[in-house]
Amino acid sequence: MTKMTGARALVESLKRQNVKVIFGIIGGAILPVYDALYDSDIRHILSRHEQCAAHAADGYARASGRPGVCMATSGPGATNLVTGIANAYMDSSPIIAFTGQVSTYSRSSSYAIGKDAFQEADIIGITTPITKFNYQVRSASEIPKIVRSAFYIATSGRPGPVLIDLPKNVQMDTAEMDFSSNIPFRGYKPVTDPHPLQIKRAAEILLSAERLVILAGGGVIISNAFQELLNLAEFLMAPVATTLMGKGCFPENHPLSMGHIGMHGNPAANKMILEADVLLAVGTRFADRSTGRIDTFCKDAKIIHIDIDPAEIGKNLDVDLPIVADAKKALSAIYAALSEKVSKPKENSEWFKKVKEAKETYEGFFSNNNGDLKPKILLKELRQLLPEDAIVTTEVGQNQMWAALHFKAIKPRTFITSGGLGTMGFGFPAALGAKVACPDRIVVDVAGDGSFLMNEQELACSVEENIPVTVIVLNNSVLGMVAQWQRLFYNRRYIAVKLGRVPDMVKLAEAYGARGIRVHSIEEFRKAVKEAVNSDVTTVIDVPISPDEDVLPMVPPERGLNEMLIG
Amino acid sequence: MGEVRTHIISALVENRPGVLYSVANMFRRRNFNIDSITVGAVNGDLARMTITIKGDEKTVEQLVKQLRKLIDVVKVSILNPASAVSRELALVKINAPEARIRADVLHYVDIFRGHVVDASPETLIVEITGGPDKIDAFIELMKVFGIKELVRTGIAALSRGSKSIDVAFNTEEGET
Repeated sequence: MTKMTGARALVESLKRQNVKVIFGIIGGAILPVYDALYDSDIRHILSRHEQCAAHAADGYARASGRPGVCMATSGPGATNLVTGIANAYMDSSPIIAFTGQVSTYSRSSSYAIGKDAFQEADIIGITTPITKFNYQVRSASEIPKIVRSAFYIATSGRPGPVLIDLPKNVQMDTAEMDFSSNIPFRGYKPVTDPHPLQIKRAAEILLSAERLVILAGGGVIISNAFQELLNLAEFLMAPVATTLMGKGCFPENHPLSMGHIGMHGNPAANKMILEADVLLAVGTRFADRSTGRIDTFCKDAKIIHIDIDPAEIGKNLDVDLPIVADAKKALSAIYAALSEKVSKPKENSEWFKKVKEAKETYEGFFSNNNGDLKPKILLKELRQLLPEDAIVTTEVGQNQMWAALHFKAIKPRTFITSGGLGTMGFGFPAALGAKVACPDRIVVDVAGDGSFLMNEQELACSVEENIPVTVIVLNNSVLGMVAQWQRLFYNRRYIAVKLGRVPDMVKLAEAYGARGIRVHSIEEFRKAVKEAVNSDVTTVIDVPISPDEDVLPMVPPERGLNEMLIG
Repeated sequence: MGEVRTHIISALVENRPGVLYSVANMFRRRNFNIDSITVGAVNGDLARMTITIKGDEKTVEQLVKQLRKLIDVVKVSILNPASAVSRELALVKINAPEARIRADVLHYVDIFRGHVVDASPETLIVEITGGPDKIDAFIELMKVFGIKELVRTGIAALSRGSKSIDVAFNTEEGET
């Protein structure tokens, strides 16, 4: 037991959680905590908008597999975090947000909760539906316990964001602190071990399959189950499709890789998954953008569904065999059960041949003949230019879907994207977070002009904090994905999509002390990327592209994956 | 869609500020329409909620899973109406300005095993306890005389027999 202030107890607790970096913005109600940070060696990175502090913590978490920490003051500081928290919640990313709050009481003024005090916002009420857990600390002595709990809850089971609200007087109060006390949540016991009987049944179903497809989602990345997935897929000679969130969990240059399924999925993956007689889905929630019309999705297949969250079983899709477990444990248990039954891996089957043919059929779709600055050419070039361990983040919209389709992810945690919430402006701050987590690796944000402009101010943060990343702006002066919907489904009635005179990206970058390069040919693009990724300052590469370019294939909304528009 | 009927769910929750909010918020966010919810502390740090909802099996299963996901929810069980006791309390303020009407009202109160808990020259307040059907029936009858206002507590329920989900009172695993 040691006597100290709540603020010091928080910093001490963060140290004990091995926190090295905090992304945040200071303000009055969180000042005592920052004052305590002054004496610690935890690095604080000053974001230029709290939303970006949350996204950067999220990018940090996704790139490293360790929880990300962000911090903001009360009121607008806290509400500015909301989009970032919601984004982390939808993609099950472990971030811990600390917010200042007005005092729980005040003897001398009305600076107190419930009095509509200056910069007061009910951040607990606001974030309840978008956090895995949130908590307002009411006394300083609770801090060590609640910080331990926050990290445990955020990172265990199905990860997710946790928010801890810290009233100012609680930060300043002094109390005896116990840093070893236990987590007081008897209702929280995530199941991670698969039921042996379900594993046995899964093995039987898998062995009976003639046309097996594995669908791997973000859960495979979260549980670090790449090797287990690879082992199982190779043992069964099973083609692997991923969801958008799962991209990177299986090497996309592997002969068994089919790319990702979905609204803008790889056409071979969309086609072949519907022909499966057995589907092994792992770490996926069957999101609407992945499955298309749910009543036509694998409707005749036997479906095995592995997920750590019991509530995902049967939420979007009824399945034949649910397995509630950690993906890594379940996949290795299935592999063990299979290798007991069969001695050698499956041979090249008819099914594998068919899958290979389907991939070849659509090969033309991915190749291109002329040297235009077409997004797909650029993304394919980018893959050639970057090492396998380079991290690519994306914004949201056409840039994201082009990247998903044409940039092959080879290694896990190298493709970071806002899947569930679809947050424009995510990619750049997430890239900064990823670069802080992995300073020795190249980090590239694939952006559109619309998305990049939503959080362009973080250029200031990247320059000042020496976090060099590369931003590739696919610049079409239009909110491209919505324009595409208007083109395809709204009779070309373009409204509210033209960005018109987009700021000069080169000058914009330079105004912040970053570097800007505009390219007009594929040769210039190659040269610019090579320079940018080796630069010690953030570089924005502006690539003018046509505003009329569609992302294809596309499964129209509410349609089945078999109703792809190929173009 | 399966058969839609009323389900009773019993949940033990941490007796902490904001728990009711997070439960109610989850119902709204996940698009569940609940009929009633009652909550009260049952021992020091636990509270028990009884939730009634109309829906098919799938809806209720999903609701229970989402409830269990909440960190402050300790135990959840679905009560089988056939093997559970459920009670609701209602207070009904009835217009009864004349002796003849009062006599009629008192007659029905007797039949329904209620009590008169307040009387004024113009009105009577009747307390009635029972299953929701019984209370519905009583309220229908009283409409003839004129109801000035009424309040219902919502259903509180427990499963019959020795089974228990309460972690504070015993350690036996409950039904799911």
